[in-house]
Amino acid sequence: MSQEVSKEKSMILQKEMIGGLLDDLSITKETGKKVVYTFVPGNLSELIRAFDMLPVYPEINALQSGMRKISGNYIRDAEKAGHFEDVCTYVKCDIGMMINGNIGPTGKKLPDPDLLLLSYTGCFTFMKWFENLERIYPGVPVAMLHTPYQENGKITPEMTQYMVKQLKEDVIPKMEKVSGKKFDESKLKQTLAESVKVEDLIVKIFDTTKNRPSPIDAYFAGVYYIGPINIGFRGTPEAVTYYEELYKEILYRVENKLGPITPEGEVDEKIRLVVEGPPNWTSFREFWKLFYDHGAVIVSSSYTKVGGVYDTGFRHDPERPLETLGEYCMHCYTNLNLPQRIELLSKSIKDYHADGILVNSIKSCNSFSAGQLIMMREIEEKLEIPVGFIESDLVDPRYFSYSNIKNRLDSFFQMLNQRKTISN
Amino acid sequence: MSKYYLGIDLGSTTSKAIIINDKDEIIGRGITNTRANYKVAADIARQEAIYDARFSLLKKILEKEVTAQPIYEKYLNDIESAFQFLQFKRRLEHLHSQFNNTIESSDIFADKKLYLETIRNIISIIEPVIRDEYIYGNLGSKSQFFRDVVNEKFSIEVKKLDLAFFEPLMLAFDKSITPVENDMFEFNFKELVYEAMDLLDSKYKGLADTSAEGISVNFDAEMNLLKGNYDHITDTFKEHINRVADYEIHISNMVGTGYGRALLPFPEDCIKSEILCHAFGAHAIFPKTRTVLDIGGQDTKAIQVDSHGLVTSFHMNDRCAAGCGRYLGYIADELNISLNELGSSALKAEKEVNICSTCTVFAGAELRELLNIGEERNDILAGLHRAIVMRAMSLIARSGGVRNEFTFTGGVARNNAVLKYVSELVKENYGDDLKINVHTDSIFMGALGGAMFARRNINADLPSPKAKINN
Repeated sequence: MSQEVSKEKSMILQKEMIGGLLDDLSITKETGKKVVYTFVPGNLSELIRAFDMLPVYPEINALQSGMRKISGNYIRDAEKAGHFEDVCTYVKCDIGMMINGNIGPTGKKLPDPDLLLLSYTGCFTFMKWFENLERIYPGVPVAMLHTPYQENGKITPEMTQYMVKQLKEDVIPKMEKVSGKKFDESKLKQTLAESVKVEDLIVKIFDTTKNRPSPIDAYFAGVYYIGPINIGFRGTPEAVTYYEELYKEILYRVENKLGPITPEGEVDEKIRLVVEGPPNWTSFREFWKLFYDHGAVIVSSSYTKVGGVYDTGFRHDPERPLETLGEYCMHCYTNLNLPQRIELLSKSIKDYHADGILVNSIKSCNSFSAGQLIMMREIEEKLEIPVGFIESDLVDPRYFSYSNIKNRLDSFFQMLNQRKTISN
Repeated sequence: MSKYYLGIDLGSTTSKAIIINDKDEIIGRGITNTRANYKVAADIARQEAIYDARFSLLKKILEKEVTAQPIYEKYLNDIESAFQFLQFKRRLEHLHSQFNNTIESSDIFADKKLYLETIRNIISIIEPVIRDEYIYGNLGSKSQFFRDVVNEKFSIEVKKLDLAFFEPLMLAFDKSITPVENDMFEFNFKELVYEAMDLLDSKYKGLADTSAEGISVNFDAEMNLLKGNYDHITDTFKEHINRVADYEIHISNMVGTGYGRALLPFPEDCIKSEILCHAFGAHAIFPKTRTVLDIGGQDTKAIQVDSHGLVTSFHMNDRCAAGCGRYLGYIADELNISLNELGSSALKAEKEVNICSTCTVFAGAELRELLNIGEERNDILAGLHRAIVMRAMSLIARSGGVRNEFTFTGGVARNNAVLKYVSELVKENYGDDLKINVHTDSIFMGALGGAMFARRNINADLPSPKAKINN
């Protein structure tokens, strides 16, 4: 740790973008803009933008409540309302927030939804979640986009046709009705063209971890980097500007051989890791510190691909607007089968020269956690690298045990250091 | 000068210390119960290991004599037991004065004189009982930790008194034992051994006057071998003891491990994870080990190691104590039997009652319910032991199963019923021809691994850089 962190230009840009969106959301009554509640995986940002509507992401609200240490109370209230202990804590946090007046991160009330856009990509809980929102907001239309799971590890033309059919017959008509605007394909194409620029930049940014030291932490800082694309800015010129600026800043770090920035300054890279699974949000800083105190840098993480997997070549194609939206949804990380996830993680381990892989298994997230042990075993055997396993939760503070996690991580890091000693 | 290396494993239930020489041979072991003051627990374990090392050296010096005259070994072991008793006695004296302070300073004890007198009487009764258990070897497999031994004897005596005494006296015990436990006592090895020999005079010299009653025929026969020769032997021993007592056991390096490791006053690079230490220790004793199961007081670990004894992956229980040593402790308390009797009782079972085992506390409730509906205690215990092992099996499965040789470590490995079920279930799940290792020093594996890391100067002397890591 050598220097205190000062706000970089990209950080300021991101703050302005997100602040602007939240401001827009707070004045929808005045502006008449319509609001779509939807999910990060398989988010149809470009389509929502094409209808000039505003997105609200319940998962983002939940994780922000977690980081602001208020998720515990929301979860408690949801449980009082009958939601069981084992239910996804994003859901309970979201419902608790609604019970308490739906006050967003800025302290202002979030607008009620005009449309519930259920993009279902590998997480069964999403359906139950929106069934609950349907009850909370009776009469609000629900558009369901059922994304076929990549069971055989590939997307067939029939699967794409099925997606397009749903978009044409259900999603777009409902959006037209809610927004009062006719679907404008050329506007969608323009938005998608901006998305491609963003996606190219995202891939370049996360590819800089090939350097030693890695200029960024692809997990703990990575979750901030994916913020704009996961909150609805993919397909906007602001996002292009943000990612260009961020990439420039990262390249400066590469040229000057600077390691990742942490809340306590620059980290001196000693261990390179790939992480599978979402982070814990309620103790995010403490969790991060457990890594950078040991010089452990995350060079790649599956979680930063949760809003879209671009490093295997997928890009939105403006010339096939509806097909490409469908294919994007089917490419989502949680919609990949286990061999694909194993392959993706293995490739990251090799490409970014990781010393080991760590799984953070989330108690209440079935879509991420199912199969993680099998994935670990296969990667361990295939690549002969050390694997580590910890358990925590997304936003339920009761399931983050600092000492348990510290004990496991300390052991894992010692184990990695030992093996590095003998293999050097 | 010979070099020695110390490993300390500060576990959640017990603290262990191991001293090894520069050939990785164990020369000293020490164990005590972990207490509020971790440093004292570590110091006591280390002190015990150093005394044990001196006795080991003494036995080595006397190797020829002991081979020629096996009775010498008996005498040496008796000296060690008497030596342990004398340490115990000092603590008991300290406890007595602490009792007095507690009584004097608290309003609960209205008639102070009466309570002081009662405590004095109890101590005067339990001290010789404990002394005889030490020097006549009657401690058996019972706990030898100060708190447990005194607690057991003290409770027996208190229960003999009027019921009105029970609560105040047990309160006095609770208030007095903790400060005594958290105090460190220094002893002069030589003086204490001499004192131990004096104490044994009553056992050996008075032999001719002792009736055979209460003493085994074997023991009597053995003692006859010493008769007439006793004074000569003690003189010879004293010469050797002087040498051993003056011998400097120089600890060249040390490593601390276990849950309390961060609290040990060791430099940062002398603190190692218990997962690495357990694996390294188990691998040192059984070099073909590839999977280690460690069941300790408050956690269970399934560890996979490579051919160098280095960890490749591990899994630990996270949210529940069911499946750990403490689970057994809780059940023993529920049944009001000693922890060490649990395993042997379970082995007498005629069948295994199915126990759910998702939670330690609920297992206690399940146990009472099963007793109510008429299930036999031993059958329930068998079911409980199996349930613990079932949880451990699930952890092993999560960690990748059993690979090649399997070594079972930790305090719970001393429980024969657990051992039986581990062997059965590991073979059932992973193959009959699988080799299963358990060592008498299973509880010391973490400390042993620590000492071995200390000898290798942590990282500097690990296997050759060219060595292949896998397998």
